[in-house]
Amino acid sequence: MSLVEWLGLLMVLFGLPFFFLGTVGLLRFPDVYTRLHALAKGDNVGLGLVCLGLGLQSGSLAMTLKLLLIWILMLIASATGVGLIARTALSRGVRPWGL
Amino acid sequence: MDALVPLFDALLGALLLWLAWQSIFAADLFRAVVSFMIFGLLMALAWVRLEAPDIALAEAAIGAGVTGALLLSALGRLPRERYAEAAQHILSHSYWLLFWAPVVLLAWFLWSLEAAPPSPPGLGEMVAIHQPAAGVDNPVTAVLLAFRALDTLLEIGVLLLGSLAIWSLGPSPWSTGPAMPSPALPAMARALFPAFVLVSVYLLWRGSHAPGGAFPAGAVMGAGGVLMLLAGARPWLTGGEQGPWRWLLTLGLGTMLVVASVTQFAGYVFFQYPSDWSGRLITLLELAAGLSIALLLFALYLGGQPPVRWRDRGWQ
Repeated sequence: MSLVEWLGLLMVLFGLPFFFLGTVGLLRFPDVYTRLHALAKGDNVGLGLVCLGLGLQSGSLAMTLKLLLIWILMLIASATGVGLIARTALSRGVRPWGL
Repeated sequence: MDALVPLFDALLGALLLWLAWQSIFAADLFRAVVSFMIFGLLMALAWVRLEAPDIALAEAAIGAGVTGALLLSALGRLPRERYAEAAQHILSHSYWLLFWAPVVLLAWFLWSLEAAPPSPPGLGEMVAIHQPAAGVDNPVTAVLLAFRALDTLLEIGVLLLGSLAIWSLGPSPWSTGPAMPSPALPAMARALFPAFVLVSVYLLWRGSHAPGGAFPAGAVMGAGGVLMLLAGARPWLTGGEQGPWRWLLTLGLGTMLVVASVTQFAGYVFFQYPSDWSGRLITLLELAAGLSIALLLFALYLGGQPPVRWRDRGWQ
Protein backbone atom coordinates (compact mmCIF):
# COMPACT_ATOMS: atom_id res chain seq x y z
CA MET A 1 0.00 0.00 0.00
CA SER A 2 1.16 3.49 -0.72
CA LEU A 3 1.64 6.18 1.90
CA VAL A 4 -1.70 7.86 1.01
CA GLU A 5 -3.58 4.58 1.47
CA TRP A 6 -1.95 4.02 4.86
CA LEU A 7 -2.94 7.55 5.80
CA GLY A 8 -6.52 6.78 4.71
CA LEU A 9 -6.59 3.60 6.79
CA LEU A 10 -5.27 5.54 9.76
CA MET A 11 -8.01 8.18 9.34
CA VAL A 12 -10.74 5.51 9.26
CA LEU A 13 -9.33 3.78 12.34
CA PHE A 14 -9.02 7.16 14.05
CA GLY A 15 -12.68 7.94 13.26
CA LEU A 16 -14.11 4.73 14.74
CA PRO A 17 -13.59 5.63 18.45
CA PHE A 18 -15.66 8.80 17.93
CA PHE A 19 -18.64 6.70 16.79
CA PHE A 20 -18.09 4.33 19.70
CA LEU A 21 -17.88 7.12 22.27
CA GLY A 22 -20.90 8.89 20.76
CA THR A 23 -22.92 5.67 21.14
CA VAL A 24 -21.66 5.15 24.70
CA GLY A 25 -22.75 8.72 25.46
CA LEU A 26 -26.18 8.08 23.92
CA LEU A 27 -26.65 5.02 26.12
CA ARG A 28 -25.11 6.25 29.36
CA PHE A 29 -25.74 10.01 29.65
CA PRO A 30 -28.54 11.06 32.01
CA ASP A 31 -30.94 13.20 29.91
CA VAL A 32 -31.93 13.99 26.34
CA TYR A 33 -29.77 17.13 26.02
CA THR A 34 -26.49 15.54 27.09
CA ARG A 35 -27.25 12.50 24.93
CA LEU A 36 -27.83 14.67 21.86
CA HIS A 37 -24.64 16.55 22.65
CA ALA A 38 -22.57 13.36 22.76
CA LEU A 39 -24.21 11.74 19.73
CA ALA A 40 -24.12 14.69 17.32
CA LYS A 41 -20.58 15.78 18.11
CA GLY A 42 -19.09 12.29 18.20
CA ASP A 43 -20.78 11.06 15.02
CA ASN A 44 -20.01 14.20 13.04
CA VAL A 45 -16.29 14.04 13.77
CA GLY A 46 -16.25 10.27 13.27
CA LEU A 47 -18.06 10.48 9.92
CA GLY A 48 -15.75 13.27 8.75
CA LEU A 49 -12.66 11.20 9.51
CA VAL A 50 -14.12 8.05 7.94
CA CYS A 51 -15.18 9.94 4.78
CA LEU A 52 -11.76 11.58 4.47
CA GLY A 53 -10.03 8.24 5.04
CA LEU A 54 -12.16 6.42 2.47
CA GLY A 55 -11.59 9.26 0.01
CA LEU A 56 -7.82 8.99 0.46
CA GLN A 57 -8.02 5.21 0.00
CA SER A 58 -10.10 5.55 -3.17
CA GLY A 59 -7.26 7.48 -4.79
CA SER A 60 -9.68 9.64 -6.79
CA LEU A 61 -10.22 13.35 -6.20
CA ALA A 62 -13.83 13.25 -7.49
CA MET A 63 -14.69 10.41 -5.09
CA THR A 64 -13.07 12.25 -2.17
CA LEU A 65 -15.06 15.41 -2.93
CA LYS A 66 -18.30 13.40 -3.18
CA LEU A 67 -17.62 11.78 0.20
CA LEU A 68 -16.85 15.17 1.74
CA LEU A 69 -20.11 16.52 0.25
CA ILE A 70 -21.98 13.68 1.99
CA TRP A 71 -20.25 14.70 5.23
CA ILE A 72 -21.26 18.36 4.83
CA LEU A 73 -24.89 17.39 4.12
CA MET A 74 -24.83 15.16 7.21
CA LEU A 75 -23.41 18.05 9.28
CA ILE A 76 -26.26 20.34 8.20
CA ALA A 77 -28.94 17.67 8.72
CA SER A 78 -27.68 16.47 12.10
CA ALA A 79 -27.17 19.98 13.47
CA THR A 80 -30.73 20.91 12.44
CA GLY A 81 -32.24 17.66 13.68
CA VAL A 82 -30.50 17.80 17.04
CA GLY A 83 -31.54 21.43 17.49
CA LEU A 84 -35.16 20.56 16.69
CA ILE A 85 -35.24 17.63 19.13
CA ALA A 86 -33.67 19.71 21.90
CA ARG A 87 -35.99 22.71 21.35
CA THR A 88 -39.07 20.48 21.21
CA ALA A 89 -38.01 18.74 24.44
CA LEU A 90 -37.42 22.11 26.11
CA SER A 91 -40.79 23.50 25.00
CA ARG A 92 -42.52 20.37 26.33
CA GLY A 93 -40.98 20.98 29.73
CA VAL A 94 -38.19 18.36 29.82
CA ARG A 95 -35.79 19.83 32.37
CA PRO A 96 -32.05 19.56 31.79
CA TRP A 97 -30.24 17.21 34.17
CA GLY A 98 -29.04 18.85 37.37
CA LEU A 99 -31.27 21.93 37.11
CA MET B 1 -10.42 -9.15 4.40
CA ASP B 2 -12.63 -11.50 2.35
CA ALA B 3 -13.49 -13.48 5.45
CA LEU B 4 -15.23 -10.40 6.83
CA VAL B 5 -17.74 -10.15 3.95
CA PRO B 6 -19.89 -13.22 4.87
CA LEU B 7 -19.73 -12.05 8.48
CA PHE B 8 -21.08 -8.65 7.41
CA ASP B 9 -23.84 -10.30 5.36
CA ALA B 10 -24.83 -12.55 8.25
CA LEU B 11 -24.92 -9.56 10.61
CA LEU B 12 -27.02 -7.61 8.10
CA GLY B 13 -29.48 -10.49 7.72
CA ALA B 14 -29.78 -10.99 11.48
CA LEU B 15 -30.29 -7.24 12.02
CA LEU B 16 -33.01 -7.18 9.34
CA LEU B 17 -34.87 -10.05 11.03
CA TRP B 18 -34.57 -8.36 14.43
CA LEU B 19 -35.78 -5.02 13.06
CA ALA B 20 -38.70 -6.70 11.29
CA TRP B 21 -39.60 -8.33 14.62
CA GLN B 22 -39.33 -4.98 16.40
CA SER B 23 -41.43 -3.12 13.85
CA ILE B 24 -44.24 -5.67 14.20
CA PHE B 25 -44.12 -6.52 17.90
CA ALA B 26 -42.72 -3.46 19.68
CA ALA B 27 -45.22 -2.39 22.34
CA ASP B 28 -44.39 1.27 21.72
CA LEU B 29 -45.66 2.43 18.31
CA PHE B 30 -42.95 5.09 18.00
CA ARG B 31 -40.32 2.42 18.46
CA ALA B 32 -42.05 0.26 15.86
CA VAL B 33 -42.05 3.10 13.31
CA VAL B 34 -38.38 3.93 13.90
CA SER B 35 -37.51 0.23 13.59
CA PHE B 36 -39.39 0.14 10.28
CA MET B 37 -37.43 3.14 8.97
CA ILE B 38 -34.06 1.60 9.96
CA PHE B 39 -35.29 -1.64 8.39
CA GLY B 40 -35.80 0.27 5.12
CA LEU B 41 -32.28 1.70 5.23
CA LEU B 42 -30.65 -1.67 5.99
CA MET B 43 -32.84 -3.32 3.34
CA ALA B 44 -31.40 -0.82 0.83
CA LEU B 45 -27.94 -1.92 1.98
CA ALA B 46 -28.96 -5.55 1.46
CA TRP B 47 -30.06 -4.73 -2.11
CA VAL B 48 -26.66 -3.10 -2.67
CA ARG B 49 -25.01 -6.31 -1.45
CA LEU B 50 -27.19 -8.23 -3.95
CA GLU B 51 -25.91 -5.87 -6.68
CA ALA B 52 -29.35 -4.37 -7.36
CA PRO B 53 -28.68 -0.63 -6.98
CA ASP B 54 -31.97 0.33 -8.67
CA ILE B 55 -34.04 -1.39 -6.01
CA ALA B 56 -31.68 -0.05 -3.32
CA LEU B 57 -32.35 3.52 -4.49
CA ALA B 58 -36.10 2.99 -4.57
CA GLU B 59 -36.08 1.22 -1.20
CA ALA B 60 -34.05 3.96 0.50
CA ALA B 61 -36.15 6.77 -0.99
CA ILE B 62 -39.63 5.22 -0.72
CA GLY B 63 -39.31 2.49 1.92
CA ALA B 64 -37.28 4.41 4.47
CA GLY B 65 -37.87 8.05 3.54
CA VAL B 66 -41.39 8.66 2.29
CA THR B 67 -43.12 5.78 4.09
CA GLY B 68 -41.29 6.65 7.32
CA ALA B 69 -42.41 10.28 7.07
CA LEU B 70 -46.00 9.13 6.41
CA LEU B 71 -45.99 6.77 9.40
CA LEU B 72 -44.43 9.36 11.72
CA SER B 73 -46.96 12.03 10.76
CA ALA B 74 -49.81 9.54 11.21
CA LEU B 75 -48.37 8.67 14.64
CA GLY B 76 -48.25 12.35 15.59
CA ARG B 77 -51.98 12.69 14.91
CA LEU B 78 -52.98 9.55 16.83
CA PRO B 79 -54.65 10.29 20.18
CA ARG B 80 -52.74 9.09 23.23
CA GLU B 81 -55.27 6.50 24.40
CA ARG B 82 -55.23 4.81 21.00
CA TYR B 83 -51.52 4.12 21.54
CA ALA B 84 -52.03 1.58 24.32
CA GLU B 85 -55.03 0.02 22.60
CA ALA B 86 -53.06 -0.46 19.39
CA ALA B 87 -50.14 -1.90 21.33
CA GLN B 88 -52.38 -4.55 22.91
CA HIS B 89 -53.95 -5.28 19.58
CA ILE B 90 -50.57 -5.86 18.00
CA LEU B 91 -49.73 -8.74 20.31
CA SER B 92 -52.83 -10.77 19.39
CA HIS B 93 -52.34 -14.29 18.08
CA SER B 94 -53.13 -13.69 14.44
CA TYR B 95 -50.04 -11.49 14.13
CA TRP B 96 -47.84 -14.31 15.36
CA LEU B 97 -49.10 -16.40 12.48
CA LEU B 98 -48.35 -13.52 10.10
CA PHE B 99 -44.79 -13.42 11.36
CA TRP B 100 -44.05 -17.12 11.63
CA ALA B 101 -45.65 -18.32 8.40
CA PRO B 102 -43.09 -16.52 6.15
CA VAL B 103 -40.24 -17.51 8.50
CA VAL B 104 -41.20 -21.19 8.31
CA LEU B 105 -41.65 -20.93 4.53
CA LEU B 106 -38.23 -19.29 4.21
CA ALA B 107 -36.60 -21.94 6.40
CA TRP B 108 -38.20 -24.69 4.30
CA PHE B 109 -37.02 -22.96 1.13
CA LEU B 110 -33.46 -22.65 2.43
CA TRP B 111 -33.54 -26.29 3.55
CA SER B 112 -34.67 -27.49 0.13
CA LEU B 113 -32.00 -25.46 -1.71
CA GLU B 114 -29.34 -27.53 -3.41
CA ALA B 115 -25.79 -27.17 -2.18
CA ALA B 116 -24.77 -25.71 -5.52
CA PRO B 117 -27.69 -23.60 -6.75
CA PRO B 118 -28.57 -24.00 -10.44
CA SER B 119 -28.31 -21.02 -12.76
CA PRO B 120 -31.12 -18.56 -12.08
CA PRO B 121 -34.17 -19.30 -14.23
CA GLY B 122 -34.87 -15.59 -14.64
CA LEU B 123 -35.35 -13.61 -17.81
CA GLY B 124 -31.97 -11.84 -17.61
CA GLU B 125 -30.68 -13.35 -20.83
CA MET B 126 -33.84 -12.46 -22.75
CA VAL B 127 -33.55 -8.87 -21.54
CA ALA B 128 -29.87 -8.73 -22.51
CA ILE B 129 -30.68 -10.02 -26.01
CA HIS B 130 -33.56 -7.64 -26.69
CA GLN B 131 -32.25 -4.58 -24.87
CA PRO B 132 -30.81 -2.82 -27.96
CA ALA B 133 -34.33 -2.71 -29.40
CA ALA B 134 -35.57 -0.78 -26.37
CA GLY B 135 -33.36 2.21 -27.09
CA VAL B 136 -32.01 2.63 -23.53
CA ASP B 137 -28.73 1.40 -22.04
CA ASN B 138 -30.04 0.52 -18.59
CA PRO B 139 -31.67 -2.95 -18.54
CA VAL B 140 -33.86 -2.04 -15.55
CA THR B 141 -35.32 0.97 -17.35
CA ALA B 142 -35.81 -1.17 -20.46
CA VAL B 143 -37.83 -3.67 -18.41
CA LEU B 144 -39.79 -1.02 -16.50
CA LEU B 145 -40.82 1.17 -19.43
CA ALA B 146 -40.61 -1.06 -22.50
CA PHE B 147 -40.87 -4.82 -21.86
CA ARG B 148 -43.11 -4.65 -18.80
CA ALA B 149 -44.50 -1.13 -19.20
CA LEU B 150 -47.97 -2.42 -18.26
CA ASP B 151 -46.70 -3.16 -14.71
CA THR B 152 -45.39 0.39 -14.37
CA LEU B 153 -48.68 1.73 -15.70
CA LEU B 154 -50.55 -0.21 -13.02
CA GLU B 155 -48.10 0.93 -10.29
CA ILE B 156 -48.67 4.59 -11.13
CA GLY B 157 -52.39 3.84 -11.31
CA VAL B 158 -52.26 2.43 -7.77
CA LEU B 159 -50.48 5.58 -6.53
CA LEU B 160 -53.12 7.76 -8.23
CA LEU B 161 -55.96 5.67 -6.77
CA GLY B 162 -54.36 5.95 -3.31
CA SER B 163 -54.17 9.72 -3.44
CA LEU B 164 -57.72 9.90 -4.85
CA ALA B 165 -58.93 7.86 -1.87
CA ILE B 166 -57.04 10.15 0.53
CA TRP B 167 -58.48 13.28 -1.08
CA SER B 168 -61.95 11.87 -0.66
CA LEU B 169 -61.39 11.32 3.09
CA GLY B 170 -61.69 15.00 3.89
CA PRO B 171 -59.71 18.24 3.98
CA SER B 172 -55.98 18.11 4.63
CA PRO B 173 -55.13 18.65 8.33
CA TRP B 174 -52.08 20.74 7.39
CA SER B 175 -51.96 24.49 7.61
CA THR B 176 -48.88 26.44 6.61
CA GLY B 177 -46.65 28.75 8.57
CA PRO B 178 -44.01 28.26 11.25
CA ALA B 179 -45.12 25.82 13.93
CA MET B 180 -41.84 25.64 15.82
CA PRO B 181 -39.78 28.37 17.40
CA SER B 182 -36.59 27.12 15.74
CA PRO B 183 -35.36 29.09 12.73
CA ALA B 184 -32.96 26.27 11.80
CA LEU B 185 -35.46 24.05 9.95
CA PRO B 186 -36.81 26.70 7.52
CA ALA B 187 -33.24 27.88 6.87
CA MET B 188 -32.06 24.33 6.17
CA ALA B 189 -35.08 23.55 3.97
CA ARG B 190 -34.52 26.71 1.91
CA ALA B 191 -30.82 25.92 1.55
CA LEU B 192 -31.30 22.23 0.66
CA PHE B 193 -34.36 22.34 -1.61
CA PRO B 194 -32.27 23.21 -4.71
CA ALA B 195 -30.13 20.14 -3.90
CA PHE B 196 -33.30 17.99 -3.84
CA VAL B 197 -34.30 19.35 -7.28
CA LEU B 198 -30.78 18.78 -8.63
CA VAL B 199 -30.55 15.19 -7.34
CA SER B 200 -34.02 14.44 -8.66
CA VAL B 201 -33.26 15.72 -12.16
CA TYR B 202 -29.93 13.88 -12.12
CA LEU B 203 -31.60 10.59 -11.16
CA LEU B 204 -34.18 11.04 -13.92
CA TRP B 205 -31.51 11.75 -16.52
CA ARG B 206 -29.34 8.88 -15.28
CA GLY B 207 -32.20 6.41 -15.61
CA SER B 208 -31.61 5.90 -19.33
CA HIS B 209 -28.10 4.49 -18.89
CA ALA B 210 -27.50 3.65 -15.20
CA PRO B 211 -29.44 2.98 -11.97
CA GLY B 212 -31.93 5.78 -11.44
CA GLY B 213 -35.19 6.61 -13.13
CA ALA B 214 -38.65 7.92 -12.45
CA PHE B 215 -39.41 6.28 -9.10
CA PRO B 216 -36.27 7.32 -7.17
CA ALA B 217 -36.35 10.77 -8.82
CA GLY B 218 -40.00 11.26 -7.92
CA ALA B 219 -39.43 10.04 -4.37
CA VAL B 220 -36.50 12.46 -3.81
CA MET B 221 -38.56 15.34 -5.20
CA GLY B 222 -41.57 14.37 -3.08
CA ALA B 223 -39.35 14.18 0.01
CA GLY B 224 -38.06 17.69 -0.76
CA GLY B 225 -41.66 18.89 -0.86
CA VAL B 226 -42.38 17.19 2.48
CA LEU B 227 -39.33 18.90 4.01
CA MET B 228 -40.56 22.30 2.78
CA LEU B 229 -44.03 21.56 4.18
CA LEU B 230 -42.57 20.65 7.59
CA ALA B 231 -40.53 23.86 7.52
CA GLY B 232 -43.75 25.84 7.15
CA ALA B 233 -43.69 26.70 3.45
CA ARG B 234 -46.91 27.21 1.55
CA PRO B 235 -47.35 24.23 -0.83
CA TRP B 236 -47.89 24.87 -4.51
CA LEU B 237 -50.34 21.99 -4.66
CA THR B 238 -53.92 23.19 -4.12
CA GLY B 239 -57.24 21.45 -4.41
CA GLY B 240 -58.74 24.00 -6.81
CA GLU B 241 -60.72 22.51 -9.65
CA GLN B 242 -59.42 25.01 -12.19
CA GLY B 243 -55.71 24.69 -11.38
CA PRO B 244 -53.17 22.60 -13.25
CA TRP B 245 -52.64 20.22 -10.32
CA ARG B 246 -55.20 17.59 -11.18
CA TRP B 247 -53.72 17.40 -14.66
CA LEU B 248 -50.18 17.10 -13.27
CA LEU B 249 -51.22 14.37 -10.81
CA THR B 250 -52.61 12.31 -13.67
CA LEU B 251 -49.86 13.27 -16.12
CA GLY B 252 -47.82 10.03 -15.65
CA LEU B 253 -50.76 7.67 -16.07
CA GLY B 254 -52.25 9.78 -18.83
CA THR B 255 -49.06 9.99 -20.89
CA MET B 256 -48.50 6.24 -20.62
CA LEU B 257 -52.06 5.52 -21.70
CA VAL B 258 -51.85 7.99 -24.60
CA VAL B 259 -48.54 6.54 -25.82
CA ALA B 260 -49.81 2.98 -25.52
CA SER B 261 -53.08 3.74 -27.34
CA VAL B 262 -51.57 5.88 -30.10
CA THR B 263 -48.96 3.24 -30.96
CA GLN B 264 -51.75 0.68 -31.01
CA PHE B 265 -53.72 2.73 -33.53
CA ALA B 266 -50.54 3.13 -35.60
CA GLY B 267 -50.46 -0.60 -36.12
CA TYR B 268 -48.30 -1.77 -33.23
CA VAL B 269 -49.15 -3.94 -30.21
CA PHE B 270 -50.21 -2.29 -26.91
CA PHE B 271 -47.04 -0.65 -25.49
CA GLN B 272 -44.90 -1.59 -28.46
CA TYR B 273 -42.90 1.47 -29.52
CA PRO B 274 -41.71 2.23 -33.06
CA SER B 275 -38.01 1.29 -32.91
CA ASP B 276 -36.76 4.72 -34.09
CA TRP B 277 -38.77 6.49 -31.42
CA SER B 278 -38.26 4.05 -28.57
CA GLY B 279 -35.53 5.91 -26.67
CA ARG B 280 -37.30 9.28 -26.96
CA LEU B 281 -40.67 7.84 -25.95
CA ILE B 282 -39.14 6.21 -22.88
CA THR B 283 -37.51 9.51 -21.87
CA LEU B 284 -40.88 11.26 -22.27
CA LEU B 285 -42.62 8.61 -20.17
CA GLU B 286 -39.93 8.83 -17.47
CA LEU B 287 -40.28 12.61 -17.30
CA ALA B 288 -44.07 12.49 -17.04
CA ALA B 289 -44.02 9.61 -14.55
CA GLY B 290 -41.33 11.23 -12.38
CA LEU B 291 -43.26 14.51 -12.15
CA SER B 292 -46.50 12.70 -11.32
CA ILE B 293 -44.85 10.42 -8.74
CA ALA B 294 -43.29 13.40 -6.94
CA LEU B 295 -46.64 15.19 -6.76
CA LEU B 296 -48.55 12.01 -5.85
CA LEU B 297 -46.21 11.17 -2.97
CA PHE B 298 -46.51 14.74 -1.71
CA ALA B 299 -50.30 14.55 -2.05
CA LEU B 300 -50.30 11.31 -0.03
CA TYR B 301 -48.36 13.07 2.72
CA LEU B 302 -50.91 15.91 2.87
CA GLY B 303 -53.36 13.34 4.26
CA GLY B 304 -56.47 14.82 2.68
CA GLN B 305 -57.70 17.16 0.00
CA PRO B 306 -55.60 20.34 0.02
CA PRO B 307 -57.62 23.56 0.28
CA VAL B 308 -58.20 25.85 -2.67
CA ARG B 309 -56.19 28.52 -0.83
CA TRP B 310 -53.69 27.66 1.90
CA ARG B 311 -54.22 29.51 5.20
CA ASP B 312 -51.26 30.74 7.23
CA ARG B 313 -51.00 29.29 10.70
CA GLY B 314 -48.94 32.14 12.13
CA TRP B 315 -46.61 31.95 15.09
CA GLN B 316 -47.77 29.75 17.92
